[in-house]
Amino acid sequence: MTAPALQPVIVGAGPAGIRAAQTLVAHGVRPVVIDEAARSGGQIYRRPPAHFARSAQTLYGTEASRATALHSTFDGLQTHINYQPDSLVWNAQGGLLDVLHGPTQTTRTVPYGQLIVASGATDRVLPVPGWTLPGVYTLGGAQVALKFQGCTIGRNVVLMGTGPLLYLVAYQYAKAGTKVAAVLDTARFADQLAALPGMLTQPTVLAKGLYYVAWLRAQGVAVHTGVRPVRVEGDTRVNAVVWSDGQAENTVPCDAVGFGYALRSETQLADLLGCRFAWAPMHRAHLPERDSSGRTSVAGVYLAGDGAGIMGADAAEWAGERTALALLADHGVKVDTARAAELERKLTDLMPFRQGLERAFPFPTDWAAHAPDALVVCRCENITAGELRACARDAGADEMNRLKALTRVGMGRCQGRMCGVAAAEILAQATGKPIDRVGRLRGQAPIKPIPIHLQAQAEART
Amino acid sequence: MTATRTIDTDVAIVGGGIMGASAALALRRKGVSVVLLERDLCGSRSSGVNYGGVRRQGRPVSQLPLAQRAHQVWADLPALIGTDGEYQRSGHFKIGRSEADMAALEAYANLSRDFDLGIQLISGTALRERCPWLGGRAVGGSLCPDDGQANPRLVSPAFALAARRAGAQILERTPMTSVEHDGKIFTVRSGTTVAVRAPVLINCAGAWAGALTAQFDEAVPIHSGHPAMAVTEPLPFFMHWSLGVEGGGIYCRQVARGNLVLGGGSGVALDADRARSERSAIATLAVQAVELLPALKNAHFIRTWSGTEGYLPDRQPVLGQSSTTPGLIHGFGFAGAGFQIGPGVGEVLAELARDGRSTTPIDAFAIERFVPKAVAEVASTAAVQ
Ligand SMILES: Cc1cc2nc3c(=O)[nH]c(=O)nc-3n(C[C@H](O)[C@H](O)[C@H](O)COP(=O)(O)OP(=O)(O)OC[C@H]3O[C@@H](n4cnc5c(N)ncnc54)[C@H](O)[C@@H]3O)c2cc1C
Ligand SMILES: Cc1cc2nc3c(=O)[nH]c(=O)nc-3n(C[C@H](O)[C@H](O)[C@H](O)COP(=O)(O)OP(=O)(O)OC[C@H]3O[C@@H](n4cnc5c(N)ncnc54)[C@H](O)[C@@H]3O)c2cc1C
Repeated sequence: MTAPALQPVIVGAGPAGIRAAQTLVAHGVRPVVIDEAARSGGQIYRRPPAHFARSAQTLYGTEASRATALHSTFDGLQTHINYQPDSLVWNAQGGLLDVLHGPTQTTRTVPYGQLIVASGATDRVLPVPGWTLPGVYTLGGAQVALKFQGCTIGRNVVLMGTGPLLYLVAYQYAKAGTKVAAVLDTARFADQLAALPGMLTQPTVLAKGLYYVAWLRAQGVAVHTGVRPVRVEGDTRVNAVVWSDGQAENTVPCDAVGFGYALRSETQLADLLGCRFAWAPMHRAHLPERDSSGRTSVAGVYLAGDGAGIMGADAAEWAGERTALALLADHGVKVDTARAAELERKLTDLMPFRQGLERAFPFPTDWAAHAPDALVVCRCENITAGELRACARDAGADEMNRLKALTRVGMGRCQGRMCGVAAAEILAQATGKPIDRVGRLRGQAPIKPIPIHLQAQAEART
Repeated sequence: MTATRTIDTDVAIVGGGIMGASAALALRRKGVSVVLLERDLCGSRSSGVNYGGVRRQGRPVSQLPLAQRAHQVWADLPALIGTDGEYQRSGHFKIGRSEADMAALEAYANLSRDFDLGIQLISGTALRERCPWLGGRAVGGSLCPDDGQANPRLVSPAFALAARRAGAQILERTPMTSVEHDGKIFTVRSGTTVAVRAPVLINCAGAWAGALTAQFDEAVPIHSGHPAMAVTEPLPFFMHWSLGVEGGGIYCRQVARGNLVLGGGSGVALDADRARSERSAIATLAVQAVELLPALKNAHFIRTWSGTEGYLPDRQPVLGQSSTTPGLIHGFGFAGAGFQIGPGVGEVLAELARDGRSTTPIDAFAIERFVPKAVAEVASTAAVQ
């Protein structure tokens, strides 16, 4: 029994989107599922092109069974959903999504009655001098190369930054036979010790993390904690990384670098939809508000997964299911309220672990203080830290959109998705304002660059 | 609760767009004290988000004296505001797509002859030679070589900064929440933060200026409009002219960095303050852009936006003294074309504030054209008594 008003669209076919779709289907509702990627799975369970013959075990390691479970769930839904892969949602307005079909470069509109945004995350980047050299990748990018293309970013690789992905990617690279020249973690060992109590609430996940580190050390990989990246060196491409341990500078030769400081939520779609944002201290970001079941400030718009705050893959699955239940309940469909409560409990129970992660891999809040004036912050527009500081000093810019207007930071192809975090840190440092007070870049369509020569598709595929 | 700060000054200005900020600067250059209230940041509205066309060509003849005055100010921009604001006299070329269009362009050239805009009509082989990048639909066009373009994001805030350097008090994030007039002095308040007292009040509140006129019994039929804008990724530089099309539609220019800025069609209001490009406008813009400039075929849009601008039914501004209240001066409603004339308007507003009259003819923009005469007369006699 379905209310006629139900016309749900899910954006994102990662763990959150897949569980949301499954839940809607289980209640007799047929959702549209739109994803920019060619195949379902999202970031963590990203699937290689169909003709690749590598086992789930090789691709996903300890997560192999979860990955295959999720993939087969989604494959099993095919006749009950309208799945639209290769499709980027680039704009949203008034109950309509503008969707670019990548392979044919056509655009179409997809109407929605309700919308679940499960748009996931990308790397959180804090640049270091030399980061624009060929051979420097984000940690996520380094992992995508491995998972999706089955290749590595180099033969002798430094992985640097902080966050769980740091050790995971190091482990995956070493396992794949690549030499890991060093793992450079800005977090201190003491941070990791202090975080142990919170992390013990998820003993298996903690065990996995500890295992990666132990395994890396056992293989003779140099793991340094409490470092400060100083610069990436090289003429035409990377040949070394220089880092400081507080006293001396050290140099590690390498031919590629993967770096990143955990993840940041993809929030532009929520922004275009008009969702209210608020500062989220744990995520050190302005995020769209949502209640415990995923409802946003905009009626009919729901959020699930990393797109609303980085909580990880398991939480994304639970949140996807919880959100779908909320959507159904809001439209008079009878749902299992005990299951809904259980999901919310699981999500709440995850909080101490999530906070433990922040404690173990704290954001390097002194990054901006050490960023030299010559450091390129925005690589699309080639804007340096010094230019940003001068703008704050001379033109009085104390807010992100003003900084953007005056300097062009965040005005290039990435629209601030890559440089926004770092620019905000520099602005806060330059103005002496707390980071939550410098604001956030307003989202503007298109979410990613779209070809001008767009052919409108005659009929929306629904 | 903190005590309200009271500031006495010669002139109070509401609105820190290019009109209000350039008026503040012009007043300081005349030695007049001035306080400007801007509810957000100066140049964060229309004045900072517009297309950046600095053109006189195509304006109604009644605006040309103002446009010429502004043209002089633009010429000295770096000396005046401390930045060139990426201003270039790159030429503004208005395209004709039919013989009728060409006739209209020629008629305008004749009509504006007294103002020495230097307009040249170009067609046929000369057209293809001078702009090989132009798509096939253009049959010719009209070039105004000294018109051009600038970066509004830089220019408009710079006027406010320059005014501040010249001694104006620029109060940002300070909305006017009420205004009273005792017959001689206006008291403009921003909540309990500040009260500005001045015998002269200039209304430069852009699309939001109607609230103030209404309070002084001269409501005007102003409405908001939202021109749609888009920009491409940087492309190899090929075009220095800023382009328009006879009869309207699309306009575009290429900045030194290579990006093409395009406008055309309209955006949609999200609320009273915010707007963005309309979905369908982006699609139309895309089709027209490729038709106009085939080189754009493989380019990408990286960003779209809009703004909120005030329009009056005849698409002419309101500029001049209030019809009801001595000391109140209006400068708003520039109908999507106020960026170029802004610095000229600033000078005119400063003259009106100090001398009660302007050397530039502005009668065509009097507020009386919307306020029934009888009422206006009664009201102004009442004010004088
Ligand atoms: C590069 C990368 C690598 C990661 N690796 C790991 C890992 O190894 N282990 C781990 O535990 N966690 C990893 N994470 C974190 C993990 O991705 C998340 O916790 C989990 O995938 C979140 O699931 P989700 O459904 O919220 O989002 P995602 O899995 O990120 O799925 C979001 C989906 O939405 C689609 N999408 C986004 N925006 C649009 C749009 N506008 N139009 C159309 N489609 C859109 C994307 O294509 C994507 O498929 C990684 C994250 C990233 C960014
Ligand atoms: C998208 C777009 C493209 C355009 N393209 C061009 C072009 O190419 N060429 C051209 O010549 N013109 C163009 N224009 C028009 C031009 O931008 C405007 O005419 C001009 O900027 C108007 O300036 P203003 O100072 O009157 O208004 P605004 O810049 O809007 O300034 C008004 C200010 O008043 C403030 N304000 C309002 N109420 C209050 C209050 N109660 N208290 C305090 N402050 C208040 C607002 O915050 C605002 O900052 C365009 C306009 C738009 C929107």
